[in-house]
Amino acid sequence: MARMKFLCDAERCIECNGCVTACKNENEVPWGVNRRRVVTINDGVVGAEKSISVACMHCSDAPCMAVCPVDCFYRTDEGVVLHDKDLCIGCGYCFYACPFGAPQFPQAGAFGLRGKMDKCTFCAGGPEKDLSKEEFAKYGSNRLAQGKLPACAEMCSTKALLGGDGDVIADIYRQRVFKRGKGSEVWGWGTAYGKPDQPKAAPAGAKS
Amino acid sequence: MTTARRFVLAGAAVFFVAVGLSACGERDQVTVYKQGKYQGKPDTKPWENGPESSLYTTSQWDQGNKTSWEAAVKTRNLAQNEYNRVE
Repeated sequence: MARMKFLCDAERCIECNGCVTACKNENEVPWGVNRRRVVTINDGVVGAEKSISVACMHCSDAPCMAVCPVDCFYRTDEGVVLHDKDLCIGCGYCFYACPFGAPQFPQAGAFGLRGKMDKCTFCAGGPEKDLSKEEFAKYGSNRLAQGKLPACAEMCSTKALLGGDGDVIADIYRQRVFKRGKGSEVWGWGTAYGKPDQPKAAPAGAKS
Repeated sequence: MTTARRFVLAGAAVFFVAVGLSACGERDQVTVYKQGKYQGKPDTKPWENGPESSLYTTSQWDQGNKTSWEAAVKTRNLAQNEYNRVE
C-alpha cells in the first residue's frame, strides 16, 4: 500500500459541508475545533467559484513534526500523521508551521486558555488501545481499524473528496479527468461528472 | 616551597579551572528533527484488530494479516469511484 491521502476535486465540491458534518459527528469534535472545513474562492462569480475541503493533508515531510519541541508526532505505516496528546504541551508551534491550518486548539478553560492540539487523524485514532473509550475520547473514531476509510470522504455526496490509498484515488481521479470536457468554455455539470455518452441511434421506425 | 606542596597547588589549580570552565558549556537547545523520532506511546496497527472488534463493518479481513486488511480497504476505496457503480 502506498500512503493514505486526501484529494479534493474542486470541480465537484458544492460547498455542502457534508464532510465537515460527517467529521464532527463521527469524532464528536467539540465546539471551536474544526478538523475539516470547506474553503471557497470567487464566491458568487459564475464559472469561477471553486470550493475545496481542507484538513490535515498527512504530509510526507510534515512541518508540524519538524517543529514540535516535545516530539509528540509520529507517522504510521500507512502514512498517517498522528500525535500523542499525553505529550502535547499545546504550544501552538505546529499551527504556525502547518500550511493548511490543520492543528486546532480547544479552549481548555477561562480566559482563552489553550488546550492540547487536535487535528484530523484520517479516522485512524491515536496511540491508545484501538477502539477503546480512551482512544475515542482523545482522538475520535478509529475507522481504519474497522476496515473503513475516513467518514468525510465516504460521506461526500458528489464524491469530490476522495480519501484512501494514494495510488487508488489517483486512478479514480485520472479516470474522472479523462471523461471531462476540455477548454475554458466547459464548466459545471459536464466538467464535474463528464460528458454523457453519445445516444445510440434509434432503430428505424421507432417513435422519437 | 616543597615539591609536594607544588603538586597540591597545581592539582588544585587544574581542578578549579576545570570546574570554572564547565559552566561555559552549553547544551544544544534546538531539537534536531530525525525521521521517525517519536517520544510518545506506541500505537497498534489497524490490521491487528479483527473485523469482529467493530460493531458495524462490511469489510472482512484476517486478523493480523496486513495484506488481507489492505485488500479490504482497497475494495472499500474503489467504491468511491462512481463510474464503476453506474456503468
